[in-house]
Amino acid sequence: MIQKGKAWKFGANIDTDLLAPISALTSAKPEDAYTECLKDVDPTFAPNCKEGDIFVADENLGIGSSREWAPQYLRSCGIRVILAKSFARIFYRNCFNLAVPALVCAETHKIATDDQLEVDMENGVVRNLTKGETYKCDTVPAHLMQIVADGGLMPHLKKKFKKAS
Amino acid sequence: MGQTISEKILARASGKETVKPGDIVTCNVDLAMVHDSSGPRTSGKKLDELGVPVWDMDKLVVIADHYVNLDTPESKNVQDICDAWCEAHKVKHFIRNQGICHIVLPQEGHIRPGMFCVGADSHSTTAGAFGAFMVGVGATEITGVMATGDIWVRVPENVRMEVTGALKPGVVAKDVILKICGDHGIMGFGYQVVEFCGDGVAAMSAQDRMTLTNMAAEIGAKTGIIAPDAKTTELLKAWGVRGVNADDWQSDADAVYAKRITVDGDTLSPQVAAPSSPENADDVDNYRNVKLDQAYLGACTGAKLEDLRMAAEVLKGKKVAAGTRFLVAPSTIKMRELAAAEGTMKILEDAGAIILPSGCGGCIGLGDARLAEDAVGISSTNRNFVGRAGPKSSKLYLASPYTVAASAVAGQIADPRDML
Repeated sequence: MIQKGKAWKFGANIDTDLLAPISALTSAKPEDAYTECLKDVDPTFAPNCKEGDIFVADENLGIGSSREWAPQYLRSCGIRVILAKSFARIFYRNCFNLAVPALVCAETHKIATDDQLEVDMENGVVRNLTKGETYKCDTVPAHLMQIVADGGLMPHLKKKFKKAS
Repeated sequence: MGQTISEKILARASGKETVKPGDIVTCNVDLAMVHDSSGPRTSGKKLDELGVPVWDMDKLVVIADHYVNLDTPESKNVQDICDAWCEAHKVKHFIRNQGICHIVLPQEGHIRPGMFCVGADSHSTTAGAFGAFMVGVGATEITGVMATGDIWVRVPENVRMEVTGALKPGVVAKDVILKICGDHGIMGFGYQVVEFCGDGVAAMSAQDRMTLTNMAAEIGAKTGIIAPDAKTTELLKAWGVRGVNADDWQSDADAVYAKRITVDGDTLSPQVAAPSSPENADDVDNYRNVKLDQAYLGACTGAKLEDLRMAAEVLKGKKVAAGTRFLVAPSTIKMRELAAAEGTMKILEDAGAIILPSGCGGCIGLGDARLAEDAVGISSTNRNFVGRAGPKSSKLYLASPYTVAASAVAGQIADPRDML
């Protein structure tokens, strides 16, 4: 799987309260409130993020709550791949379950917002087309890539139950 | 080669003789817990979309705690969905409006040593205080558990976290875990399981130990765990769990640990974590004189019966400072009732505490304990991220129930040891 897109670069410790604020979760339609994603960090992100963009952060992305709204909101904004130096474990699993691959990349500090990236998930390579640089990222366990290939855990489960019946 | 308690549980749950760190195994789930936010309105809806029943109704517990007691149409809607789903699915263990899930779950007798459990909330790690291995997951993941009864797990490395010596009066589990957050950071033990042990842990009450495993979530750990002892068995017995075999769920002497870390209990001071991360923890001395608009005793972390007692010990015969609101939301209704029967609630109320309903409330920025614009608060909760307990302009310090109570009296952050 290769994903090409524009980078949105954030720093370390982006937590789930920033990604999915309680005001969004308690609104009448939380699924539509993704426009509040990261409003306290960069209010230009949600309105300007485009389908296929790539979310890039430094250490500890997704620390905090188990709320799946956090990666769901990134997905609703258009994000299709996430790169970070490290992830909180629940957030990491939630990303794959929503078919948004989360890749560990030690060199995200070299990436800036608006850089054009090409992420080769099978081979663990990130190409920064803007800067002409290449970074390594961890490859993903096969069972997780299968969930992504199926379109997320829900379609994956549907397939499983269809087979069983 | 010996096994840790966590490896023994994961081996049993995955039907293997032994497991080792890095193995990816499929575990049978002994218990799945969801709440009103992560349950019926999200994972429940997804389960219906799959069109399959709950795999084993005896093993599912639904607890309404996040959106209870809130007077907004949106909250009522979440509660209505929760009630209707539980009724339609004939949920056997639906606990409604009785308090916060992580405390209600063991209190109602659902947790015993050796269990492998999954909860759709990050503080599901709390059950580790009883020698169970319980991890937090998201809504879609728990949908898979509800449908299949199993889940994939990467066997974590083990960290042996030994609390040596004896904690001084006024220093408790919350100070220990904040110290660990401060020393090792919010992701200090990413993907690892932290096993708390040592004389300092053995001397703690079984209830206070829950604060250690609760905040395993704030040190990046997959979960926290404490091997059960006589105190564990006794508390579980009081909560209706019979026939606990603590001996089967101990780490072997030759078990392998990726790290061995000690916390010096003898010299530990009360800890305070400054805005806006639990890892900003330091000795209370460094934060004295921070003026407070609000002090809050609440959440799954800091409003159990013993937490209420700690606050009462400080507040007996004293008054909350003018200009500071002191709010108390007992973790569960049962604990509030126990605290009322023994006179603890009266001490808090006489000191000027405002008692709020039992639920997640102020910890997640809901209800009367939500911090106002520019307000500065101290609380016995677990997280103080920007925007969590109030607007971006508010500031939250984290501390133990002792320190929160002492600070309420002083109107500014204070050392509880001066008031005991």
